Amino acid sequence: MISPTETLWLALRALRRNTLRSGLTALGIIIGVAAVICMVSIGEGAKSRIRTQIEATGTNVVLLFSGSSSSGGMRGGMGSQPTITWEDVRAIQAELPAVRAAAPLSRTSTQAISETSTWTTTVYGTTPEYFTIRNWAIERGSGLTASDQAGAAKNAVIGWTVADKLFGSGVDPVGQVIRIRNAPYNVVGVLAKKGQGGMGEDQDDAIFVPVSAFQARIQGGLSQFVRGPVYVSAVSTEAIEPARAQIASLLRERHRLGPDQEDDFSTVSMAEMTGTLTSATQTLTTLLASIAFVSLLVGGIGVMNIMLVSVTERTHEIGIRMAVGAQPGDILAQFLIEALTLAAIGGAIGVLLGIGVGQLLASRFGWSLAVRTDIVAIALLVSAGVGVLFGLYPARKASRLDPIEALRYE
Amino acid sequence: MPLIELEQVTRLYRSGDTEFAALRAVDLAVEAGEFVAITGSSGSGKSTMMNILGCLDTPSSGHYRLDGRDVARLSRVELAAVRNRTIGFVFQSFNLLPRTSAAENVELPLIYARVPPAERRRRALDALERVGLAQRSSHQPSQLSGGQQQRVAIARALVTRPPLILADEPTGNLDSATSLDIMTLLAGLRASGITIVFVTHEPDIAAFAARRLTMRDGVIVDDRRQAAPPAAAATTHGASA
Ligand SMILES: Nc1ncnc2c1ncn2[C@@H]1O[C@H](COP(=O)(O)OP(=O)(O)OP(=O)(O)O)[C@@H](O)[C@H]1O
Ligand SMILES: [Mg+2]
Repeated sequence: MISPTETLWLALRALRRNTLRSGLTALGIIIGVAAVICMVSIGEGAKSRIRTQIEATGTNVVLLFSGSSSSGGMRGGMGSQPTITWEDVRAIQAELPAVRAAAPLSRTSTQAISETSTWTTTVYGTTPEYFTIRNWAIERGSGLTASDQAGAAKNAVIGWTVADKLFGSGVDPVGQVIRIRNAPYNVVGVLAKKGQGGMGEDQDDAIFVPVSAFQARIQGGLSQFVRGPVYVSAVSTEAIEPARAQIASLLRERHRLGPDQEDDFSTVSMAEMTGTLTSATQTLTTLLASIAFVSLLVGGIGVMNIMLVSVTERTHEIGIRMAVGAQPGDILAQFLIEALTLAAIGGAIGVLLGIGVGQLLASRFGWSLAVRTDIVAIALLVSAGVGVLFGLYPARKASRLDPIEALRYE
Repeated sequence: MPLIELEQVTRLYRSGDTEFAALRAVDLAVEAGEFVAITGSSGSGKSTMMNILGCLDTPSSGHYRLDGRDVARLSRVELAAVRNRTIGFVFQSFNLLPRTSAAENVELPLIYARVPPAERRRRALDALERVGLAQRSSHQPSQLSGGQQQRVAIARALVTRPPLILADEPTGNLDSATSLDIMTLLAGLRASGITIVFVTHEPDIAAFAARRLTMRDGVIVDDRRQAAPPAAAATTHGASA
């Protein structure tokens, strides 16, 4: 066998001699590898962002919903009758040792109007504790207070996006007035920027008002029930499960549920939420990656096809090489390395393209990207393996040619 | 011990149910240093015999001993080594690699002889110099005349310094003046002790050889030694083919 560098040189020359065809063949591999890298990187990016966002929400947070988990309680009580009362929330906060704070979060999508503009946003009704639970600081002005809550004061705390949209960037929003459903609210504070949430939503596109005011003026009609989820923070990470157990037994008792009755509420911890969301993303990533791997395989078959054509086309050349002393192993190595080089170059370009396209998509759609080096390595190995696997048959075919038959071939 | 020894060599070609013997029980011995011409009518089996001598093809029966070794016993790898080191083969149709420079074509056997690149290039240029083509080393076959291409092919056959050169109608595609140049070149090699066997249809080309075989219907019907070629034929034509 002649040296590998020599063979590589030979392969590069042969590939360069037919640049267009080599390029088109490599394209199969390029697209396959790029698809794998792009899909996996986007999937990984989504996963890690969900994780960091949920962690930013607060790892000790437990969400409490009306309705049993089997009747759609997980979906924020939508479609189920509200069962959690204000008294329940107060009791959870006051009586349970594992609970540090509890805050309801009602929401509605509506128009907010300033003197200069109108903006459709989400208005939330909550209590001051919510900002403690979410670890969300006030950047300018002040927050909602207990007396705002008690008096159903028409005060609002707004996110930066709302501030920009309603007042423009030059104006201090604090002290301005926003009209929501025909009622004026005083902006008392602006929240620190929080950026995108776990679902890609803009968390700064929000207005918070006291939940008492929300119920009276926005949701309409006073009600003893809480609409929307209740955010509960446990005193520590270790206290999450005790907190859930305590909430369950407290609510069962307060709601007078018999031993054979189902819970009329449900809780979910952020850790569980992270798990569900990341595993859903994982399934999608795996699915997309397998489709991408199939396309890599198709690319490999393209390599085999071209190598077979190449062997047939270069039968005479093989005859000449054998006539001057090339051994079967030399011919085998030449074609194998040619296929391998094609696949490796395709793989390398594919990795770059995959990362590039991933980055483009990520910045275009506001996704994040996490390139996993192990996936890059696997994709490169697979494409090289595809080269060897699909190059082997044509290469063997070439090396087994009879010198005189090969020379006679025109 | 003869360099080449054929013993009852037969080569059968099968097409469908019928078998055709292109060589029939041929016996032949060629000593080292001989200069042999093979003539005979078309289809008489000359190329078939040359291919067997060149280890490109194998006999259907009989023995071929090259330098005392029975070729039938050699593996494909060993045969490749024999083609590389012992034999230089010159074809009627040149058989150069297209789109590859003259120097690289000449280097080809050295690649498979595992000669390092620098020495390879030097020896290839030496060989091209010997055939008078030093100035054309970077030309590709398509940029060379037929005679020049055949010189490149001869340089390629020479470059591993084999003891045996086999040429199947080396002048078959060339005009008569160029043919004489090529034969002068081959005759010149003989002086360095190389054994040469070549095939030709032309009596004046065959006249270069010291021994002349005639074939008919797959057998050697005549084997005679003749006087040295007329020196005039070798010198009246220049080296520019
Ligand atoms: N691959 C083959 N298959 C079948 N028959 C063949 C094959 N090669 C040669 N022959 C036959 O063998 C006989 C000898 O052929 P060969 O090529 O040796 O003749 P030759 O003496 O070299 O003729 P020419 O002077 O035309 O080159 C011919 O009758 C030819 O048809
Ligand atoms: Mg012939």
